[in-house]
Amino acid sequence: MLKTTPFHARTSALCVSHAWRRWAGHVVASSYELVHDREYHAIRGAAALFDVSPLYKYLVSGKDAARFLDRVVTRDVARCAVGQVLYTPWCDEAGKVLDDGTLARLDETSFRLTAAESNLRWLHLNAAGHDVTIEDVSASTAALALQGPNSRAVLKATCDADIDAIGYFRLAEARLRGVPVTITRTGYTGDLGYEIWLAAADALPVWDALVEAGAAFGLVPAGILALDMARLEAALVLQEVDYISARRALIGQQTSSPFELGLGWTVRLEKPGFVGQAALASEARRPAAWKLVGLEVEWDALERLWGEVGLTPVLPNVVVRSSVPIYAGADQVGYATSHGWSPLLKKYLALAHLRSQFTEPGTALEIEMTVEHRRRRAAARVVATPFYDPPRKRS
Amino acid sequence: MAVGYDAIVVGGGHNGLVCAAYLARAGRRVLVLERRERVGGAAVSEEVFPGFRFSVFSYVVSLLRPEIIRDLELPRHGLHILPLESTLTPLPDGGYLAQWGDHDQNRHELARHSPRDADAYDEFGRLMYQMARAVRPILGMMPPDPTSLSPRELLGLLRLTNYFRDLGRARFHELYRLMTMSSADFLDRWFECEPLKATKSASGIIGTFLGPRSPGTAYVLLHHYMGEIDGVFRAWGFAKGGTGAVSEAIAAAARRFGAQIRTSASVARVLTRGGRVRGVVLESGEEIRAPTVVSGLDPRRTFLQLVDPSELPDRFVDGIRRFKFRGSSGKVNLALGELPDFTCMPGRGPHLRGAISISPSVDYIERAYEDAKYGEFSRRPYMDVVIPSMIDPAMAPPGQHVMSVFVQYAPYHLNGGWTDERREAFGDAVVDTLAQYAPNLKRAILHRQVITPVDIERMTGLSEGNIFQGELALHQLFFLRPAPAWARYTTPLRGLFQCGSGTHPGGGIMGASGRLAAQVVLGGRL
Repeated sequence: MLKTTPFHARTSALCVSHAWRRWAGHVVASSYELVHDREYHAIRGAAALFDVSPLYKYLVSGKDAARFLDRVVTRDVARCAVGQVLYTPWCDEAGKVLDDGTLARLDETSFRLTAAESNLRWLHLNAAGHDVTIEDVSASTAALALQGPNSRAVLKATCDADIDAIGYFRLAEARLRGVPVTITRTGYTGDLGYEIWLAAADALPVWDALVEAGAAFGLVPAGILALDMARLEAALVLQEVDYISARRALIGQQTSSPFELGLGWTVRLEKPGFVGQAALASEARRPAAWKLVGLEVEWDALERLWGEVGLTPVLPNVVVRSSVPIYAGADQVGYATSHGWSPLLKKYLALAHLRSQFTEPGTALEIEMTVEHRRRRAAARVVATPFYDPPRKRS
Repeated sequence: MAVGYDAIVVGGGHNGLVCAAYLARAGRRVLVLERRERVGGAAVSEEVFPGFRFSVFSYVVSLLRPEIIRDLELPRHGLHILPLESTLTPLPDGGYLAQWGDHDQNRHELARHSPRDADAYDEFGRLMYQMARAVRPILGMMPPDPTSLSPRELLGLLRLTNYFRDLGRARFHELYRLMTMSSADFLDRWFECEPLKATKSASGIIGTFLGPRSPGTAYVLLHHYMGEIDGVFRAWGFAKGGTGAVSEAIAAAARRFGAQIRTSASVARVLTRGGRVRGVVLESGEEIRAPTVVSGLDPRRTFLQLVDPSELPDRFVDGIRRFKFRGSSGKVNLALGELPDFTCMPGRGPHLRGAISISPSVDYIERAYEDAKYGEFSRRPYMDVVIPSMIDPAMAPPGQHVMSVFVQYAPYHLNGGWTDERREAFGDAVVDTLAQYAPNLKRAILHRQVITPVDIERMTGLSEGNIFQGELALHQLFFLRPAPAWARYTTPLRGLFQCGSGTHPGGGIMGASGRLAAQVVLGGRL
């Protein structure tokens, strides 16, 4: 059977839509309300509360914890300060991405690593010769994401810690209405936001406190559909959608390196040996063949395509996860893996894997659009990402 | 003298029927002669007890070639394969390990035993997928002769190396391990959960006289895994109506193409003159002429019984005499008044729609093998149990059930020989063992049919009761099945061909041998 999260007693009561989906073997709400619009707009306009407990979470501790993690991930863990959080992918020997997540340095010798998939065996395989303990705390740790411009105010109203002092990708220990929690200034929305990590046993009082205090700040419990739109606007990749883990890929063509995913900035080639280093160093010396970039589809083109059949553009109100071809002239030069209409930016956005010679911002391309059962093409151009990047995210 | 045919197929087992169907499809006048009153061979469904229908011998379908299903349009002729999604391994301490069809559910269950195995399971599955994908084309190809330098053979070998080259270096090494290791050792490299290793290793011993720690069994594991990759195309499961329904569907296809099928027609001998086949003579004395005879019988029956061995080369005959059969499995078919209630998972749950595997540990299966090695049936045997009436209610009267228990080991050469008494003692060992996990079983049994390898031989003709027409051991596979230089469905006698499981690729309700043999008879094209 599927698992429920520690917040299920609350989330199931709220989920009047009965729209659930699977996430890492758990059931989570797609949207609580019948339409997810209000949940989405809370992310950008007030505060949204997400149950992100299905994330895999590992507590890595011991004398060699930093050295061990440095061997596994591509970021430089030795230079990660206590209280800092790193976003990082990790790769196999061929330099292809296995998974990605956040790595929080809780103290000198202990870290919390999050992941989309189970990595326990992989971590153990790489731990040989290190004085390190790897504990899967996925089930015992509950997690919430509190995202949006009012998220700081909600935390201030419920926590004893100095919330203002928590910088971007930093963490603080706090008591939330008396319950010990760890607060990280991280999230999957590209907005001002926090993630709250706590013992599963304390889940319900923490949820209740946030919902109660949040009411004054427009806090709305939000589901995966709203989150998906926000992460597209933030151009954050999603495993199994925008890339396939090298662990799961059946053929080489399905794998991606960090460079190909636009995550080259996370690869610290100069640090001591890590898994995939040799392959990544050799890839860094020549331009990557593929790159994941952002596309904007031109409104006039959409209006024209639907206009031809007597309609105004009919666009999905969720992020579409089916792959569609991208063309340059007659040739297919890539494919979009996540795409959808941004209610905030009023633009049709796509994350697309393209041959690298077509990835310069401004490059004119075409994306396949199905208009009344016919495959058509709409003009699109490469744009810099994130599509949406409010200053409050870092301030 | 009866009317002439282009070809006679001896034996209406599934391979004989497949061969006949392809020959008839190509326009040949074909006659199938089956000794028993119904077609199917070891793939038969019979109403053993009034109202209770059993797949008497072979009981699941995993390897039936997709191209045969398509070419013969088997679904149109009644083939309906129902899913068999889970495997429950009950444990002596009242616990269990279940493998479920749903990825998340399976993962949670494995993680309960070993979180690391839960991770390894997906990676192992991916590796086996890649291995099976590389090896699978071999199931549909004529085995090339590696000692020949003829262009045709070299081309075949080249195709073979291409399949392996696609694997890449690391996976080629894994393939080498699969070809040489025991299934227990191979699985040890991946997993730590004992019942998981044992249950997986069990597929490496099916139809062999080997234990999970015998080298070479890892390959058999892969052989059976190929059924699971076809599972993607939904060919793995339980045939509605039992495995006899598979045979009936193939027979219906063959008839539609114009083949004639005669049952209760036992062939005594193949008629030859001057090293060439002339036809067959039945036990009744009736002679039927045809320039081509295809034998679906096993190599021993074909070359030492249908044909006068003196017409064959000595070395060949010697090789066939040494071809290993060593039947090692039996079958217990139970008619039940109520469902078994497993202590580890009480009630009528989804586990009763899947397989139930009595394989708590590798040691358990190896010990079962130890008994057989020295001529005894296993006191505590490995068993693969299914309850077909849970999947297809037509198999039993409403509210009642049939249970099929595949049992290993039951050696053909039992110390002192098989008697009625020993057969019942074997049946008791099976029921006693199962009742340890499902205490109401003894009360639930209305009727019981116990089948030993000697019974399999007597009923189906399979020598020594080997369900694969010869052990699936590495030294009896591919270009050595059944004999060097005669692995391509031809025989030393002109006009005589072989199409049974005793030829490449052999084993399971696959039909590949029948199809490839038809291809050879037709001169290369189907």
